Amino acid sequence: MTLIEARNISLDVPDMSHQALIGQRRKLRILKNVSLSLKKGETVGLVGESGSGKTSLGRCLLRLHEPSEGTLAFDGQDITHASPAQLKPLRRRMQMIFQDPQSSLNPRHTIGSILATALKLNELDAGETSIAAILGRVGLPASASRRYPHQLSGGQRQRVGSALAVALKPEFVVADEIVSGLDVSTQAQVLDLLKGLRDEMGLALAFISHDLSVVRSLCERVVIMKNGEIVEEGLTADVFANPKTGFTRTLIASIPLPEVRPGWLDQ
Amino acid sequence: MPFSLILSRALSALVTLFGVMVVVFVLVRVAPGDPISMMIAPGATDADIAALRAHYGLDLPVWQQFWIWFGQVLHGNLGTSISMKQGVITIIGQRLPATLELAIFALAMAVVWGGFIALVSTAWRGAWVERLIDNFNGIMLAVPDFIWGLAFVLVLGVLAPVLPISGRSDPSIDAGLTTQFYILEGLLRGKFAFVWDVLKHMLLPACALAFPLAAVIGRVLKNTMMDVMVQDYITLARIKGLSSLRILLQEALRNAAVPALALTGVQFTFLIGGTVITERIFSYPGIGNLAIDAVINRDLPLIQGLVLTFGIIFITVNMLVDALTVWLNPRLRHA
Ligand SMILES: Nc1ncnc2c1ncn2[C@@H]1O[C@H](COP(=O)(O)OP(=O)(O)O)[C@@H](O)[C@H]1O
Ligand SMILES: [Mg+2]
Repeated sequence: MTLIEARNISLDVPDMSHQALIGQRRKLRILKNVSLSLKKGETVGLVGESGSGKTSLGRCLLRLHEPSEGTLAFDGQDITHASPAQLKPLRRRMQMIFQDPQSSLNPRHTIGSILATALKLNELDAGETSIAAILGRVGLPASASRRYPHQLSGGQRQRVGSALAVALKPEFVVADEIVSGLDVSTQAQVLDLLKGLRDEMGLALAFISHDLSVVRSLCERVVIMKNGEIVEEGLTADVFANPKTGFTRTLIASIPLPEVRPGWLDQ
Repeated sequence: MPFSLILSRALSALVTLFGVMVVVFVLVRVAPGDPISMMIAPGATDADIAALRAHYGLDLPVWQQFWIWFGQVLHGNLGTSISMKQGVITIIGQRLPATLELAIFALAMAVVWGGFIALVSTAWRGAWVERLIDNFNGIMLAVPDFIWGLAFVLVLGVLAPVLPISGRSDPSIDAGLTTQFYILEGLLRGKFAFVWDVLKHMLLPACALAFPLAAVIGRVLKNTMMDVMVQDYITLARIKGLSSLRILLQEALRNAAVPALALTGVQFTFLIGGTVITERIFSYPGIGNLAIDAVINRDLPLIQGLVLTFGIIFITVNMLVDALTVWLNPRLRHA
């Protein structure tokens, strides 16, 4: 069953490098005619070079950006131009884990208060035990709730990011390059955690990465992006086995590790 | 904040203050003009003048005069005003509350107004509201405080006299206060009609002082707000389901306020400097107005005392801003 469906989405942003003397600023099209759908429990990898529009697409899927063209539906409901009030009841059901947990956690709030606000706003239990349980689930001690973001390590912050996303029991999560800033062993731990949460909760997951080796181990389907367009998509195994475009071939050739056994994370 | 840091800040403040004292003391003595020539009666002989100079200690070498004055200051004695024949501390003590109340009232106005326009233009960024506020703010920023003051006197005092433009309160009202803190004491003793009258007298000079500061606060706070609004934690707040207003106030403002606060501190010292001309324009009986009289009369002890007072105010403001910055920033608080 389709949970999220984007059809022929385009996204325009104001072109900051171009200041019009009168009238509107010129537009810059950063997503061009992108279509993507996710079923419940499905994981799709979004792959592409930096600047190819992966983050913009992820944010469009969560309706953080309003598409300039095309339609977007969540659980059968058209949300292309939904107002903040209309989106409010859906917010809890779609979450995001950010690339940079440093900038995604407000430096002025403790971890506990960040979690508590999120829970309270969505009418979930924000008691101390409930927060301790959530932190425990992502492998953090209960004492972490009294800490400020800068008092945690990068890996711990990324766990807080995951904790936030799953605390609200969403159905759809966009994970935006969540391991790119971490060292290899921490990467493996965070990915392991994400996998566990996904399987446990039946999440639909849009996993954004420029690292094909990680995508290969995690995603059933993969979408390759370039300059705001989808250039190739299909089952991960198929795309890897015989890439259709030269661009994908280059990407595969540039995988940092010489060869990665599929399923290395499970061991 | 660790104790050693506080100590080193306090020490450097004292060094600054000492430097200010030396510079001012020397400057007023090498500047042209002589307090004695302002006070001698026609027909005084050279001997009379020499006697007067000796009386005020002005015949000694400058460095010796300085050490005598410095020793007095350490004992809490700022000397006697030459033109007013009263203790400098007494005079300043009577005038300072008027300036403090004016400056703090102007600061409050500037913070409220500046904060308001920053929040509104951030909330409606990209829309015509933002452009309107930006342009309006540009005008506020470009016009200095004394021009505002003169314009207010002309328009609201002379052409359409709706507000008082002179003094601190209506002389026909006797509130019977014991201190010079008219607003503070008036409020505490429930004399609201009197406080209202004082506020009306304060409004125009306070606006003149507040407008440029409000514009600076508005601009800087808006810029830092815009930087904050594109941070991931703001997106996260949206995802969590926070309303736009709560995002603005709870998530963005506290982060954006810190750089704006530091700047407000610096700008507030400019505002206090601005009281000199503004008080003059509105015949407001504060230390700014007093400073101009002191300079006109070459009243050296009074000038020195006033500069020392301004120096202490500036240093106190800076220390308060430092403390607030640390208090608002958990990264520094837990360092
Ligand atoms: N708000 C914006 N204004 C202008 N350009 C933007 C904006 N957001 C993204 N872009 C541009 O759109 C392109 C795609 O960005 P992004 O989605 O972040 O790519 P990726 O996540 O794949 O690195 C980049 O060239 C980026 O500079
Ligand atoms: Mg990105």
